[in-house]
Amino acid sequence: MERITRDELNEIRSRGRKIIDIRSGKVPVTVDGERHLMICGGTACHASRSKPVRDAIKQEIEERGLSGRCKVIETGNDAFANLAPVMVVYPEGIYYVHLTPDDASDIVSEHLIGGKPVERLFYRDPMNGKPIPRMMDIPYFAHQKLITLRNYTLLDPENINDAIARDAYQGAAKALIDMTAEEIINQVRTSGLRGRGGAGFPTGLKWEFAAQAKNDTKYVLCNADEGDPGAFMDRSVLEADPHAVLEGMIIAAKAVNAHRGYIYCRAEYPLAIKRLSIAIEQARNYGLLGTDILGSDFDFDLEVFHGAGAFVCGEETALITSIEGKRGMPRQRPPFPAQQGLWGKPTILNNVETLANVPQIILRGGAWYAKMGAEQSTGTKVFALSGKVNNSGLVEVPMGMPLSDIVYHIGGGVPKDKRLKAVQLGGPSGGCIPAELLDTITDYEAITSTGAIMGSGGMVVMDQDNCMVDIARFFMEFLKEESCGKCTPCREGIKRMLEILTDICEGRGKEGDTEILEELGDTIKKFSLCGLGQTAPNPVLSTLRYFRHEYEDHILRHRCEAGVCKALFHYEIDEEACTGCRLCALKCPQDAVTGEKKKPHQIEQEKCIKCGICYDACKFDAIVIM
Amino acid sequence: MKEITVAMWNEINGIIQRYQGKPGALIPVLEECQNVCGYLPREVQKRISQGLNVPESTIYGVVTFYSFFTMVPRGRHSIKVCLGTACYVRGGNANLDYLRDEFDVEVGATMKDLRFSLDSVRCIGACGMAPAMVVDDDTYAQVNRANIMEILDRYK
Repeated sequence: MERITRDELNEIRSRGRKIIDIRSGKVPVTVDGERHLMICGGTACHASRSKPVRDAIKQEIEERGLSGRCKVIETGNDAFANLAPVMVVYPEGIYYVHLTPDDASDIVSEHLIGGKPVERLFYRDPMNGKPIPRMMDIPYFAHQKLITLRNYTLLDPENINDAIARDAYQGAAKALIDMTAEEIINQVRTSGLRGRGGAGFPTGLKWEFAAQAKNDTKYVLCNADEGDPGAFMDRSVLEADPHAVLEGMIIAAKAVNAHRGYIYCRAEYPLAIKRLSIAIEQARNYGLLGTDILGSDFDFDLEVFHGAGAFVCGEETALITSIEGKRGMPRQRPPFPAQQGLWGKPTILNNVETLANVPQIILRGGAWYAKMGAEQSTGTKVFALSGKVNNSGLVEVPMGMPLSDIVYHIGGGVPKDKRLKAVQLGGPSGGCIPAELLDTITDYEAITSTGAIMGSGGMVVMDQDNCMVDIARFFMEFLKEESCGKCTPCREGIKRMLEILTDICEGRGKEGDTEILEELGDTIKKFSLCGLGQTAPNPVLSTLRYFRHEYEDHILRHRCEAGVCKALFHYEIDEEACTGCRLCALKCPQDAVTGEKKKPHQIEQEKCIKCGICYDACKFDAIVIM
Repeated sequence: MKEITVAMWNEINGIIQRYQGKPGALIPVLEECQNVCGYLPREVQKRISQGLNVPESTIYGVVTFYSFFTMVPRGRHSIKVCLGTACYVRGGNANLDYLRDEFDVEVGATMKDLRFSLDSVRCIGACGMAPAMVVDDDTYAQVNRANIMEILDRYK
């Protein structure tokens, strides 16, 4: 234990300034100058084998006797997921992609010793193939505004001194020593910060309710139970910058006068849990958690609670019930958790991304934060961009940016010149926004008016090959599994909707099915107990609103235009377009393609299993969906 | 069924003791006990019930609510045989039958020596590699009777 004071905190920060200057490119680049090699080490990077790359580079550096001036640091960054493993070399900010252990010797001899970055490992513009050496010149990064993710290529997440050098705990020091609870809440209200978990409730207001509740015991909870398929914003924040979340919780605790906190983190996120635990231990050692934090006379400590795998536990009252050791089922509100939450005590629950914004709001002022973003939705939002888009990964943008800018400027558009059909926002609680409405801005109200929700940040791009009925069915299947079963509309209603959707996808749709889906959806929305049920019909209702013709095609014409619902289409070969190259015949797992070389081929329908391999393989668009 | 050894019981008792009297201890206790035994049979639930003074019915309710908890033992490695359409017609089903006979284990269950848990999955999107099989985190292509045992020999 080496409890630190505010002065000592500042001293650690000044000492670390030098490394931060290198990593922000503020020092002149010289051939034999100090180099920091920040290799990505989030869950996605580990899966793409970043560890052997890291070890190979470390070993090469040691063998060449460069360990004095070249440091290899593993960050939590896995933002640009489809290029992993990636590495940023500072102070130049050179961005290397798709690394393998064999690249280590070139990087060390050419770049670290020779001073000439290795061009073959640069990122290449997918449009013209031009190499772009520096991270910040890559369009994917250039259009982003990093607040929550500001540290993700700059820190070793397992070293508290790195974080302190980047101002960690400065906001907490200010809040605990210089500010009253009222002043903290005022700053958060001024900032306009709204809950990033999806519902968008004003954070300052939530805190005010809990602050007003009279009770000696109160709790601060952090929701890290990120369960939407395709969303990993919170995991990345926890893996890259865990101290930002701890600091946000300390500030929240002071604001509502709580002394105990829990972080509810999914057990499926072992790396996030590991890094959180390390961060908590290091913060405790410095006395940044525990009693009399930074000599302020304020006590606060927290622990990590492992979620045991239930999607509904992302709902606040279900999460609270789960920490109490019960089946994670939601409760009736009111009373709201701010009055009666965990163990019946006043409780605030904020999501990871919300809390990670708080330290900077306190440090730089609510007005600074409110200047970013849109009028009703201030600040930035992190999205997990995926699906049919060239650049997939995490993106943080100012609120108010049109969806089209995110998809085209940052995401680099839809691959293979296919036609964009829709953007799905908000996962199973959200909806599909059609291509015609792509100018919609990322603002809570603007998105809600389209029938989708901002949600926690999952953004899945869909193209002409995605069937919207099938997508709706997919989400209903997920929700049927995850409905907790407590209230009837959700438990029974989702099941019925799924049955109808399955019938439609398998060619048994009946006239009137769409009307029944709408009626069921409306009932489930109105009468479910919690947010899961109240939003569950969204994927169906929003696709019915914009893609009704696809439902009608399925039901009335027994046709799935996208070629997804296997009972409702077949493949044929366009004899005019077919060159007889035999590629499809070679790839067909069924030997269903017949025909001589250089002559048009045919598909034997009774052998075809509609796996789509020929459709993907054909270079002449000769395989058509009928 | 996997026996709960004396050493395991000692560990379970130790876990219960550490959490006794702590509110909301049930889920962490279940998690730690599952880490010790690999699963949560009724006898373990009964011991936890007595130790924490929580009704067995409540414990059973919690165990069956969360997908992380299991009442059947899991193997050291998991085999998932793809039964998507492409894999099915290229012999995925035959592979599954073969493994079921060779290892004397039902689908969804675990071998007696706890080496493998055997499961089937819906399409994993590897139709071009059909029939496919996933062992732990590794995906294998074009699996058949001739090579399947050779692949599985790598997992002990």
